[in-house]
Amino acid sequence: MAEKNESIPPGPVLWEETMPGGMQWSGIVRRGVSLRLTALSPGANVSALFYNHEDRVERYNMADTLKAQHTVFLTKGHVCYSDMGRVLCSITADTAGWNDAVCGASDDALIHNKYGIKRFQENRNAMFRSAREGFLKELAKWGLGKRDVTANINFFSKVTAEEAGRLVFHGNHAAAGDFVDLRFEMNALIVLSTSVHPLDTRPTYEPQAVKLTAWRSGVAPAQDLCRNLCPENVRGFANTERYFAT
Amino acid sequence: MQTLTTSKLDPKNAVLDQICPAGEPWSHPIQRGQVFRILDLEGNQAVDTLFYSADDPEERYSAVDTIRRQANLYLGTGTQLISTEGNLMLTIIADTCGRHDTLGGACATESNTVRYALEKRFMHACRDNFASELTHHHEYGLSKRDITSNINFFMNVPVTAAGKLTFEDGISAPGKYVEMRAEMDVICVISNCPQLNNPCNAYNPTPIRLLIWNASDE
Repeated sequence: MAEKNESIPPGPVLWEETMPGGMQWSGIVRRGVSLRLTALSPGANVSALFYNHEDRVERYNMADTLKAQHTVFLTKGHVCYSDMGRVLCSITADTAGWNDAVCGASDDALIHNKYGIKRFQENRNAMFRSAREGFLKELAKWGLGKRDVTANINFFSKVTAEEAGRLVFHGNHAAAGDFVDLRFEMNALIVLSTSVHPLDTRPTYEPQAVKLTAWRSGVAPAQDLCRNLCPENVRGFANTERYFAT
Repeated sequence: MQTLTTSKLDPKNAVLDQICPAGEPWSHPIQRGQVFRILDLEGNQAVDTLFYSADDPEERYSAVDTIRRQANLYLGTGTQLISTEGNLMLTIIADTCGRHDTLGGACATESNTVRYALEKRFMHACRDNFASELTHHHEYGLSKRDITSNINFFMNVPVTAAGKLTFEDGISAPGKYVEMRAEMDVICVISNCPQLNNPCNAYNPTPIRLLIWNASDE
């Protein structure tokens, strides 16, 4: 795909950072700034939570996001809704084509049972880490905690459902160089973990590194794929613009 | 494809037997070992349900952990309802409906503006029920921050292999019920869904019956 070769974002880069596999990160990305997540090797996963930075009780809502857009997964054209009917961010590019929204995050018990225990004392920073514990560490830095962990997105991971609802994990869905672009329509607190997807079928713990690139993109223009994807999104953007009306 | 299982429990022996009218909230503690039944009195009612650990309400029902643990999107007989801490909260032990949803969430005045029309803000909604019920029960120590992804008992939200999600007519009918055994002490918070804009309630919200039995009566 031609899009995959566009490794340079279409705007002035504000900052760039590489998250090693298994690590966690949090930060503020402002309205009008886009964040690119780039998989640096096959099988990457980014578990993600979003909050309105100005009122963190408003946060990404899985159900509102899925039912407004009649989808069980997220890709280019979709937006991530808050529980207040507003658009936190738009997915303006997605070269791998599927991001899981319903399987949650790995936790310590899952990592221990599946892969064993590798603690810091013997392994230093090659220790095993779960996404949930990464979320909790980052959330604590913003005065948040367990009450604030909601259903998360798993970028780069594909899980489909068979007829009776049985889930199938598609291994190594993202290749090296695949990227997802998130254009922020609100000032957002972002919490990320690069630990493995909870249904990852690899026999060993192999979290992969992901690059973050932020650039000034502006918010959704009038003619925009995400805004006009469905009538629901037109109204979601109207709610968002009303929130920022001055 | 769906396993239907009936219960032998007699409503005459229930320690709690209440009707929750259409569109209203309800909450009650359920002790470990007790059996909780939700009965769809008139059919195709959506029952939006949250569970919190009574000992530590920061531990609560997790839709995504429940889905991930059973590697299946739908809830039915045998489904273990899993908490955010990975613990077993309740087990579904009887179900005459066959499938329940945990992806569709709860309706809200704000999400109604997105889904239907900006003017649909001024309609009664589940998350107002949740907020109100939590606000009036200080003893729970819960608030809007704690309204997380819920279960929709009796609601039909099929997902296709291509990833399309739709709200369909219910597969429930008058008298259908779902029954679960509490595996820890929990607080159950319900909104008997007042949605009038989609077929989840057949456009006609109706009352439900809620029953609890003690462990010894099982």
